[in-house]
Amino acid sequence: MWDYTDKVKDYFLHPRNVGEIKDADAVGEVGAIACGDALRLYLKLDKKNGNRIADAKFKTFGCGSAIASASALTEMVIGKTLEEAEKITNQDIADFLGGLPPEKMHCSVMGKEALESAIANYRGYKAAPAEEGVIVCKCFGVTDVKIERVVKENRLTTVEQVTNYCKAGGGCKSCHPDIQGIIDKVWEKEVKPVAIPAKPKKMSNLRKMQLIQETIERDIRPVLMMDGGDMDLIDVDGNTVYVSFRGSCAECAGSRVTLKSTVEAKLREFVTEELVVEEVNQ
Amino acid sequence: MKRLVYVDNNATTRVAPEVLEAMLPYFTELYGNPSSMHTFGGQLYKKINQAREQVANLIGASPQEIIFTSGGTESDNAAIRGTLEANPDKKHIITTRVEHPAVLNLCQYLAQNGYEVTELGVDSQGLLDLDELHGAIRDDTVLITIMYANNETGVLFPVEEIGQIAREKGITFHCDAVQAVGKLPLDVGKSTMDMISLSGHKLHAPKGVGALYIRKGVRFKPFMLGGHHENNRRAGTENVPSIIGLGMACELARKHLPEEQTKVRKLRDKLENLILYQMLNSRLNGHKILRLPNTTNISFEYVEGEAILLLLNEVGICASSGSACTSGSLEPSHVLRAMGVPFTAAHGSIRFSLSRYNTEEEVDYIVEHIPPIIRRLKEISPYSAEIEELELKAAARK
Ligand SMILES: Cc1ncc(COP(=O)(O)O)c(C=O)c1O
Ligand code: FES
Repeated sequence: MWDYTDKVKDYFLHPRNVGEIKDADAVGEVGAIACGDALRLYLKLDKKNGNRIADAKFKTFGCGSAIASASALTEMVIGKTLEEAEKITNQDIADFLGGLPPEKMHCSVMGKEALESAIANYRGYKAAPAEEGVIVCKCFGVTDVKIERVVKENRLTTVEQVTNYCKAGGGCKSCHPDIQGIIDKVWEKEVKPVAIPAKPKKMSNLRKMQLIQETIERDIRPVLMMDGGDMDLIDVDGNTVYVSFRGSCAECAGSRVTLKSTVEAKLREFVTEELVVEEVNQ
Repeated sequence: MKRLVYVDNNATTRVAPEVLEAMLPYFTELYGNPSSMHTFGGQLYKKINQAREQVANLIGASPQEIIFTSGGTESDNAAIRGTLEANPDKKHIITTRVEHPAVLNLCQYLAQNGYEVTELGVDSQGLLDLDELHGAIRDDTVLITIMYANNETGVLFPVEEIGQIAREKGITFHCDAVQAVGKLPLDVGKSTMDMISLSGHKLHAPKGVGALYIRKGVRFKPFMLGGHHENNRRAGTENVPSIIGLGMACELARKHLPEEQTKVRKLRDKLENLILYQMLNSRLNGHKILRLPNTTNISFEYVEGEAILLLLNEVGICASSGSACTSGSLEPSHVLRAMGVPFTAAHGSIRFSLSRYNTEEEVDYIVEHIPPIIRRLKEISPYSAEIEELELKAAARK
């Protein structure tokens, strides 16, 4: 059971502004039934009163928090000019509801996007910003532009967070490396000087060699030998460590894959994150 | 107090009062360790074996073929890993795409660690194609692990035929019968199943206890290593109160088994027929006949399942859904997807699973509450036009 706030429950059980506006000035539409949620937002502007939003209505297909987020959004925009409404972020929608479970943040993003789509529709633009770009996640039809945006706006650092915010990566997972790439790119450009502590001093090759050997002797070989196996360190070239496996563990292809990743994990833990382990056949 | 109508018995069941009563002394006066040399503890060994007999009786096994575990998940893990360890030179496993995660995720893990796994598909009614199973068998197939009854749809697989095929090829057949035990009669003596998993909390025993049946002569290596418990097949000091509870629950299940086919089935059918009749945007997921007597899985097209559950919850009705929002992932249930249920329906699926404790009055209560809930969500939905079109078509068919 999700841990919904009382306000989310209230807005789900008693949604405000459900419906359509027949002569709406702007209609925004996002989501699709295949993805599990969809939202249509209608805005009516008051031409006499500086084009302020006089009325807003919505229709949603989705879970409790999707309905609550859409309803909250309509309450938030009524009385605002389009320029003011445009400044509302998905976090504002979540805050209005007293917060959303992390896995449900995409509901607030959907609200924000419907608003953008409505405003673009009013201004006669073809596509709201999130619809541009190339599709990165095929399962949910999410583009690089959209992923980059949720990453920046919500200061996301992991693929899991991106999935929570815009669903990208929540299906077959094949796009995870691409999403990680976008996250890396965003933070490399934008915050590295502040967010990431100064890089540790570069390790000398000699020191690296020493540490690799120590780690193998101390943490890796004893474990392998318990299972009747062993390994040799063949060479180190830059950050690539070449090893070969011996004994029982070398016989089955499956265990070799595991071995490689355990060895790699240990070396990364005790030497440096950048190491890659390659197996050579002897 | 708010009313409670519990129709989520495939998720878990209430502990039967008789079961609780049988367990209580083992928390208080009889707290000894069955492995102890003194009578105070040692006498419990006999009690555990009595429970073993009760479990064995329910499925027609002999007591020596039963080991107690911590539940369905452990039984599945022990059966699968124990078979693989006992037959180390064979590397191919056959299972299905609709297994419980206890089997499915383990098989996917094994597939990344030296094994090859074939996942058989199902048709739109959730049924298996035995020809496909035949075709999947290889010389190095070591294990077939296929469930008896699906937890989401209740659809039954032809386990005896599967076992027959496995036996002809000398392959071990493990059956996750967690949802079937206590709901369907089982007689392993006449069966072709080599191993069966069962779980206490699905048949009115507590959570965290289960059993694994291993047919005499089937090769198996213990999964949990340690002391000499369970005849060296499952280490760990016995969960005495829960094992006593499981024994009692199995005895009760045997007594009440006919009721599943009469009373429970009748209630389920009434619930299902009335909902399908009243709600023109509803459809049944799974084969109508080849199914557990207690389960119905109904989709309300263009309406989202979590929202339905939350509104049902408001009137005290506990059910579950295969919608993406409730599965904790972003995609709807793997079972419905494997059946090719369209997205418009998969996101709006609700499972009602009954037990012998449900009443006709409760069924009426649910039937009364469903239409206003669906109507309310339809009004919020941007797909109201699609729903109306669907309803017109359905009405024309009637
Ligand atoms: C078919 C099936 N297998 C296995 C399990 C797991 O059982 P347990 O909850 O006792 O670990 C369940 C229950 O959720 C189930 O329905
Ligand atoms: S492509 Fe992104 S999850 Fe499948």
